[in-house]
Amino acid sequence: MSNEYGLRKRSHRKWVAGLTLMLSLMLVLSGCGVGKDDKGGSNGEGGKITLKMMHLWPEGSSAQQSKLVTQIIDQYQKDHPNVVIQQEVLENEQYKNKLKVLSASNELPDIGITWAAGFMEPYVKGGLFTPMDDLLNGSKLKDKFVPGTTEAYALNGKTYALPIELNISPIYYNKAIFQKYNLKVPTTFDEFKQVVKTLADHGVAPIALGNKDRWTGSLWYMYLADRIAGNETLKKAIDGSGSFDDPGLIQAASEIQTLVDMNAFNKGFNGLSNDEGKSEFMNDKAAMYLMGTWELPNFTTNPAIPQAFKDQIGFFKFPMVAGGKGNVDSWVGGPGVGLFVSENSKVKEEAKTFVEYFVVKWGEQSVTQAGVIPATKVDTSKGNLPKLYVDLLNELNQASSITLFADVQMKPNAAQVHLNMIQALFGKAVTPQQFADQHKAAIQKEN
Amino acid sequence: MEKVMSNKIVIALYVLPSLLLLLTVIYVPIVLTAYYGLNQWNGIGSMTFVGLDNYQRLFTDTAFWQSAWHSLLLALFSGVSLIGYLVIAMILSGKIKGANLLRKIYLIPMLLSSVAIAQLWLKIYHPTNGVLNSLLTSVGVHNPPEWLANPSLVLPALFIPIIWQYAGFYILIYYAGLKNIPETLVEAARIDGASAWQIATRIKLPLLREVINVTIILSIVGSLKYFDLIYVMTDGGPNGASEVMASYMYHQAFRSFDFGYGSATAFALLFICLVATWLIRKATASSDTIQYS
Repeated sequence: MSNEYGLRKRSHRKWVAGLTLMLSLMLVLSGCGVGKDDKGGSNGEGGKITLKMMHLWPEGSSAQQSKLVTQIIDQYQKDHPNVVIQQEVLENEQYKNKLKVLSASNELPDIGITWAAGFMEPYVKGGLFTPMDDLLNGSKLKDKFVPGTTEAYALNGKTYALPIELNISPIYYNKAIFQKYNLKVPTTFDEFKQVVKTLADHGVAPIALGNKDRWTGSLWYMYLADRIAGNETLKKAIDGSGSFDDPGLIQAASEIQTLVDMNAFNKGFNGLSNDEGKSEFMNDKAAMYLMGTWELPNFTTNPAIPQAFKDQIGFFKFPMVAGGKGNVDSWVGGPGVGLFVSENSKVKEEAKTFVEYFVVKWGEQSVTQAGVIPATKVDTSKGNLPKLYVDLLNELNQASSITLFADVQMKPNAAQVHLNMIQALFGKAVTPQQFADQHKAAIQKEN
Repeated sequence: MEKVMSNKIVIALYVLPSLLLLLTVIYVPIVLTAYYGLNQWNGIGSMTFVGLDNYQRLFTDTAFWQSAWHSLLLALFSGVSLIGYLVIAMILSGKIKGANLLRKIYLIPMLLSSVAIAQLWLKIYHPTNGVLNSLLTSVGVHNPPEWLANPSLVLPALFIPIIWQYAGFYILIYYAGLKNIPETLVEAARIDGASAWQIATRIKLPLLREVINVTIILSIVGSLKYFDLIYVMTDGGPNGASEVMASYMYHQAFRSFDFGYGSATAFALLFICLVATWLIRKATASSDTIQYS
């Protein structure tokens, strides 16, 4: 009896102990979620300040940029022993998604990356980014930016982020392939089509394109629209003061379909991501690739890519279309990403100081170390810069206009319609007229 | 021991952890989603209450109905493929050579994450370097299809990896169900001169009925809310040709900054899944339960 009683008692105790353990575990677990300060910037032990920074240069796909960020952070921490900077790194698409989720729960990192104009607008209107005008007019950054770059980050007279990249989009081409088929760099769209035809006839993919990402195809449409209808017409159509019904813009859409019919793009482009499309170009399988200058490291400084390949890459400007209103020095591009500081950050001032430092250092080092064009002015006399890089920098200085990428300019909803329509246009699922109609409807709805 | 288990407080304590989890992780979000669905909200700023506007919009939104149609197609397709799984499980549960090895082969896709499977099949479907098209070219097909870029091929092309992904799961369930059937029944039938076909259809199938009902519900509801592989492989493209309800909801909420509408879509999805479950249960309910002995 006593034995049985003892057993029962012991098992009873065991159950209670188990329960207590489970409950305390629950408390600990839930405590992890709620209690921890996810907003960062807590004044930790020993008066150390932690700054959280979220960015989109993973070591794998953006090796040079990633190295540079870490270098700048290390240096800053050395100079400011009371500051600790935590990096959170995500890949582009994931970054955009996480930013939205964090915004909805009001838990943005102290410092993060944003795109300009329409992309930034909801965040600014939601009061999540802090104005940076004091930095912009401060001693370290005044007049340091290339004119026109910070404007893209301004809303209602205040600047909400500081750009760190400036991009234009040339057509990169493989000189070896061009030589093999006796091709010259085209200056008019007719010559361009001739090049396309020759390459397609020989079974070489003329243009590398991964249009699953859709903004990649948008670049082609934007250039054709710019060359045929002129950049003012395009700009007005996008901001709603003009219309996508403009015959020039419709012609641009139908030229896209002409190119598709000519097999100008690699096979299956609508199902391939930009990276997959790009690999056609990087593997010498496609002759041309239209992309922003953020790709420059791959053609200049990136040690992972063979020098022989880098040497055979050149670029040309998007050709002129006969009878078009565009200017050959007009580019599609604009400031790439910029740094914002969260309005709700507990260490706003420290975060701003770091951003200022970061922009200055990035401007000095990104050229030589990462091969990226910063938004701050570049002194080309210093250092031994790759020729491709210097040439593009010169083009940038001569640019007559830079039209910001359509999906960044437009508000989120219209941008999605634009991107979907781009894929439909390339896939010949819509006519140029339907393409225009859908744009009109979407832009009217947002305004 | 029994005394402890009959103590109401102890029962409550046992239920509490999972109840708390269920409430905070499942039910509260459902209620919140329903509420967001009644608002116009971009996910960041302030919400504007708009009543049932979002739901009205849903009814006239052709893109949503198109994605719902795709989800339904997937549900039908996976429903039909259950037959294939069942046949395979029956064969495997019979005494055939190599059944053990085959079972493992069918199970492998279950061990891979969806993203890994997506990457694998992206390689297979690559328009020029892919295994599939290389194979087709080598047997003399001049213009092999662009699987994921062709709007009329993309859905079947996505269904195949999905079927492949879940094959092991369902085969395992059926296999377990079949193993539960007492050998004596089969033995008795065999002595009475029943053929393999008769044993399968007259004995095994009826006894497996409950299991089959469960798998039908699992596969159809799972298909209706399916998301991951499609998101990674095509992101709903080209031009919405592979958009399903879950990806449509995601695109509305997170890409177009239309949280209110996205939430309404999510709630509609939940509703459709519930209705589907209810319908299947109605359709498969039977009055007579079969006993083994």
